[in-house]
Amino acid sequence: MLSYDIVIIGGGPAGLAAAAAAKKAGTDSILILERDHELGGILNQCIHNGFGLHTFKEELTGPEYAYRFEKEVYDLGIEYKLNTMVMDISADRIVTAMNRTDGMIQIKAGAVVLAMGCRERPRGALNTPGYRPAGIFSAGTAQRLVNIEGYLPGREVVILGSGDIGLIMARRMTLEGAKVKVVAEVMPYSGGLKRNIVQCLDDYGIPLKLSHTVIDIEGKERVTAVTIAEVGPDRKPIPGTEERYTCDTLLLSVGLIPENELSRSAGVEMNPITNGPVVNESLETSIPGVFACGNVLHVHDLVDYVSEEAKRAGENAAKYVQAGGKGSEGNEIKLIATDGARYTVPSTINVNRMDDLLTVRFRVGAVYQDSYVSVYFNDERVMHNKKRVLAPGEMENVILQKAKLKDFKDLKTITVKIEKD
Amino acid sequence: MTYDVIIIGAGVSGAASARELSKYKLNVCVLEKAEDVCAGTSKANSAIIHAGFDAPEGSLMAKLNVRGNEMMDELSKDLDIPFKRNGSLVVCIHKEELDGLKDLYNRGVANGVKGLKILSREEVLELEPNLSDNVEGALYAPTGGIVCPFILNIAMAENANVNGVDFRFNTEVETLKRKDDGLWHIRTNNGEYTARYVVNAAGVHADIFHNMVSAEKIHITPRRGDYCLLDKEMGSHVTHTIFPQPTKLGKGVLVSPTVHGNLIVGPTAIDITDKEATATTQEGIDDLISKASLHVKDLPVARKVITSFAGLRAHEDHHEFIIKELPDAPHFIDCAGIESPGLTSSPAIGEMVAGIIADIEKPEKKENWNGKRKGIVDPKVMTLEERNELIKKDPAYGNIICRCESISEGEILDAIHRPLGARSLDGVKRRTRAGMGRCQAGFCSPRVMEIINRELGIPMEKITKSGGSSNIVLERTKAMKGDE
Amino acid sequence: METRELTCIGCPMGCLLTVEIDKGEVTSVTGNTCPNGERYAKKEVTNPTRIVTSTVVIRNGDKPRLSVKTKSDIPKSKIFDVMKEIDAARIDAPKKIGDIVIENVAGTGVPVIATRNVEIK
Repeated sequence: MLSYDIVIIGGGPAGLAAAAAAKKAGTDSILILERDHELGGILNQCIHNGFGLHTFKEELTGPEYAYRFEKEVYDLGIEYKLNTMVMDISADRIVTAMNRTDGMIQIKAGAVVLAMGCRERPRGALNTPGYRPAGIFSAGTAQRLVNIEGYLPGREVVILGSGDIGLIMARRMTLEGAKVKVVAEVMPYSGGLKRNIVQCLDDYGIPLKLSHTVIDIEGKERVTAVTIAEVGPDRKPIPGTEERYTCDTLLLSVGLIPENELSRSAGVEMNPITNGPVVNESLETSIPGVFACGNVLHVHDLVDYVSEEAKRAGENAAKYVQAGGKGSEGNEIKLIATDGARYTVPSTINVNRMDDLLTVRFRVGAVYQDSYVSVYFNDERVMHNKKRVLAPGEMENVILQKAKLKDFKDLKTITVKIEKD
Repeated sequence: MTYDVIIIGAGVSGAASARELSKYKLNVCVLEKAEDVCAGTSKANSAIIHAGFDAPEGSLMAKLNVRGNEMMDELSKDLDIPFKRNGSLVVCIHKEELDGLKDLYNRGVANGVKGLKILSREEVLELEPNLSDNVEGALYAPTGGIVCPFILNIAMAENANVNGVDFRFNTEVETLKRKDDGLWHIRTNNGEYTARYVVNAAGVHADIFHNMVSAEKIHITPRRGDYCLLDKEMGSHVTHTIFPQPTKLGKGVLVSPTVHGNLIVGPTAIDITDKEATATTQEGIDDLISKASLHVKDLPVARKVITSFAGLRAHEDHHEFIIKELPDAPHFIDCAGIESPGLTSSPAIGEMVAGIIADIEKPEKKENWNGKRKGIVDPKVMTLEERNELIKKDPAYGNIICRCESISEGEILDAIHRPLGARSLDGVKRRTRAGMGRCQAGFCSPRVMEIINRELGIPMEKITKSGGSSNIVLERTKAMKGDE
Repeated sequence: METRELTCIGCPMGCLLTVEIDKGEVTSVTGNTCPNGERYAKKEVTNPTRIVTSTVVIRNGDKPRLSVKTKSDIPKSKIFDVMKEIDAARIDAPKKIGDIVIENVAGTGVPVIATRNVEIK
């Protein structure tokens, strides 16, 4: 059986950053397993600009951003296998993978970093009534067809969902000669970035209809029309508000789901809110030596944060391996997200293992204006940061100081919540 | 060329008839208007092998249901069809309706259904702890089963084809008439065919062809059934097929595991007029969710659905199979009104259709008829060593194309190149399950298209989801005159 | 005197800005909650620019399309002129990130450059 100190599942932005960080932290025996025929993951098809503002202080396109990390992996001489699908991860960290040349192989891993990313919610998950013709694509599938393969999936387009990929694809399809007729969003706000709404929709005169959803899809072979309607606060269509658009294509940008089939079958404990693993301050899952980072852990809106998080996961995996697989003792402090905060990553903190500064990331469940992000140690409020706006589409964070956690007597829980005052 | 027999329709009845007829020295051809077999009613149903207690005693439906059910063990082995006798339960949730179970039991016994048993509340809850708290008892039918409806249909067609039956796809019958030469002249969008016998296995369209040739009219209503298919996470929520007690409208909304480990909920029963209208409606989906929840608890349909779809049952006004040579149209054999339990009955329907022709024609049997078919290999059931052996022989089995269902390129190549191979995304999907998982082909469709393009030389822009104008991509980007 | 309404893209707040323009000069910006809003509005009204990203046809490459971008932002009004030249471009592999694909695209003075590496097939 092959054996590596660290096996990284996925060669996208998270996997690449984790690998480089682990190598720099002194672990040499690292293997990246990537199912596609190249490294870089989904960034290869995200040819628009806007990546890397935080990390590199410049605006890169997806492939350019990915290449900076790929190059690091090449330069550091980290091993990787392409066209390789991981079929199983066992609780004792035996990774079963398969490709054309090696066949089905098993790899013993000192530590595993889960970096599988996420996938798009399909139409089926929405249970949208109507026909099931050709011409219904998730926005990411359309993105791959246009940007990688060079095919136009449609000429007259309706988009459901205003996630960033949907907004980006509205512009891409328009620039490629298609007519994007409308973007419908079931929520009263868009899940996408403001700049994408302005630069991908407003620039091209594409209407965004908030609180609208698709209620019928016509076309027995290819899509011929889509009907949208306004929805009430219960997200149910309001009769009489129907609008029918003739079109040949419906793009869906209705959410991303962390891809955790492997984590689940390995027995990793999952967080029902994020659909990602429950992790501690070291980004370690409920299975010792199995770490998680990037969109498989929770869906990010900025790749810069993915890289940052993955770096920590890589470093911690290296630390775990170098310590001979032993964690350090200490009490687990529980993190609680409540009153508008939907979840936190991590879910627990062991003060002995945490860095001097620890970024806790979370998302809110609705739009809040002029509100406070508050942090409580047990029942005592220790942080109260004013925010002009908080939106579900934008990941938030609070930074905890190790010294403060250490000094607080009998610290059991840390609560993150949104307060009006 | 004049055929001995032309079968209209490559659904499950047509395919079963073709396979049974392929045992004889007869030239048989199946005309199918879609681009593949299993494209109409046969592809969208409950995928249940019914025990046979529903149909009225003495009816043809009852007889063929029980016979078809009995044939399924051997047939599934011979043709490598995913099939499992998981047993079915008709669940009673109102004490005052317990007598209904007894009636059903008696009817089943009269129909020849074996092993029926009435279970008490405690007994049924022991079998199925996720049934409603209101359950009062159930009729248990151990012979009830589940099948892959696509493979059942495809396998019978493939096997017929291997045994000499021609299939003409994208060939829609327009009119047919028996002329003075004693032959049936069948005009299609693809030229004229002639045959001595015609088998009308046209599903919801069977009344159209029947009425073209017979003075005694029949009427088939497309009765739409909406379904929801749930994620494999829910696949063991129940292990038996759970039926409510039947009503006049049919067997009601069932909840059942599928042979592939999903959970299926459906169907509704909505009579419509358009014979192609397989659109689901919000009311339909809401209706089936509420009905299913009466018998099975904790059913998170809305959260765990991976797809919803609708199928059309070919409901004949008298709710009975019509399988006979028409008195006023010699050598025209109806195979009409094939609604539930049509899938279960299909092997017996094929037997009966072939029997009608054999009785008149007295054809010789082929000595070299081969009733066996090897399905597409399923590497998932292999050991590591077996799988490596397979990949060594053909590396394509080491390349996963559909990540949700773990389908390899090798399986897809087999689906494309085997007899009556797939030419569309749905064709590949129904043969291999690539694209049938939780991401519903978002990941694999561009990859499957590349394989179809490479293997069959079909340009990407011409590859379809399911034939006709169901193209996936429309043109190359930046295409200019003069580009290759 | 002309009035225009804009959505600020500076932060998730998305302030609705009202800009008053007189003879091509911005005379007032209202609706903003911070100085970024005013800066954005002035630029957006007097000289809106965008980076254009797309793909070009690459011959003999290991990929059928090469992703590209304008090296810096170009006037917003020129987006479709830029696209016309990008659509018409036919280049040959190999290309590396940063290689110039089109010089001075649509007379903007800005080149279109490769954003991926494409090797020879």
